[in-house]
Amino acid sequence: MSTLAAILRFELLLAWRRRSALATTLGFFVIVASLFPLALGADPKLLRLIGAGVVWVAALLATLLGLARLFAADHEDGTLEQLRLAPLPLPLAVMAKLAAHWLLTAVPLCLAAPILGLQYGLSQGAIGVLVAGLLLGTPVLCLVGAVGAALTLGLRASGVLVPVIVLPLEVPVLIMGAGAVEAQASGLGAGPWLSLLAALFIVFLVAAPSVIAFALRISSE
Amino acid sequence: MATSTAARSMLFRYASPATFYPLAGRLWPWFAAAAVVLALAGLAIGLLVAPTDATQGDAYRIIFIHVPAAWMSMFIYLVMAFYAVLTLGFNTRLSAMMMRSLAPTGAMFTFVALWTGALWGKPTWGTWWVWDARLTSELILFFLYLGFIALQSAIDDTRRADRAGALVALVGAVNVPIIYFSVKWWNTLHQGASVSLTRAPSMARDMLLGMLLMAIACWMYSIAVALVRVRALIVERERDAAWLREAGAAD
Repeated sequence: MSTLAAILRFELLLAWRRRSALATTLGFFVIVASLFPLALGADPKLLRLIGAGVVWVAALLATLLGLARLFAADHEDGTLEQLRLAPLPLPLAVMAKLAAHWLLTAVPLCLAAPILGLQYGLSQGAIGVLVAGLLLGTPVLCLVGAVGAALTLGLRASGVLVPVIVLPLEVPVLIMGAGAVEAQASGLGAGPWLSLLAALFIVFLVAAPSVIAFALRISSE
Repeated sequence: MATSTAARSMLFRYASPATFYPLAGRLWPWFAAAAVVLALAGLAIGLLVAPTDATQGDAYRIIFIHVPAAWMSMFIYLVMAFYAVLTLGFNTRLSAMMMRSLAPTGAMFTFVALWTGALWGKPTWGTWWVWDARLTSELILFFLYLGFIALQSAIDDTRRADRAGALVALVGAVNVPIIYFSVKWWNTLHQGASVSLTRAPSMARDMLLGMLLMAIACWMYSIAVALVRVRALIVERERDAAWLREAGAAD
């Protein structure tokens, strides 16, 4: 347990010492979301329709940014070897690393999302559902993305490969997250979609760390 | 009991590239011939014998390639997932090679299914593409094939490429139902059933016969191509093995 906390603290500290990298992800998220009105025109009705979808696509792309480097530094300097040898099971260590990654890259997105929602003229209820969906969905994005990151560890083309492998698998999260906001806006209630997202979150939380650890073993054999 | 162990030892016997290589070499011409004969028969029935459809006219005849291609695209992914389990579970080299040889054929059939679907959709629905649940999940299946092929070809170390590819194929196979249902629910909430693929009237017997013949032809073709490709992979990977040089001298 203390090892787990130590990994978490270590990762958070490392990331905090390189704050600008964190700001980059957030900046990318906001910029991508702001491009759509420029391309599609600023008709308020149109913006309200596409708002949730745009924020979700931007979140999907933004979470991809840091992924290729997720295990790379640890792989290069041998930390990954140490983690594999440590008494702590590798899936747990992976989970601690991912928790830190999620806290530092995805939570800021969730906090910035309401502002983007306001820019797109979403109602208060819709913004609430958007944030709730992002809080449930971004951990899944991190977990699925980490599988791709682990499989492409140390490859020259990993920057391009991760999105190609990971994005098709992330489609359900996108559909459920954007669908929840739309269902809320149309008066159907977001409950079923959010429940599905929560179910997906639980399934991936249980299954993905072992898959990631297995992928890391394949890649660093 | 005795027969099952005998069968198992047969299976394990052909799990070795050295014994499978000549077997594949003997088998693939038969599968290729079956594919040609069945495809000719299927096309003859489909294009000459089967009646014109009452509502769709002759445009429906594209199903004789479209439906078999769509079936094969899904079936081949399942077979790849099966070989992925063997690769990760038993660490057999041949199953990884089979998985790798099947992927391009699967991607090709997915593409053919999408392409012919668009060609059929234009005269029938009046549009090349709709974001229907089946079309969308077929498109995502195509992306899954591309991801698998991209990952395998990006890794130089064969053992790592095999195992990483197997894992990605398995993760994809587990995700396919999730993707299919999420796309289905998304579609039904978004745009209602303006076009339904399921209202196809019961088919005339000749249509069904032609389609089944074509489906089996596509199946035989896939096996033949996979066997040829796996032979090439075996030669590539075992080029230093003594048995291969002997086999090469015998050929």
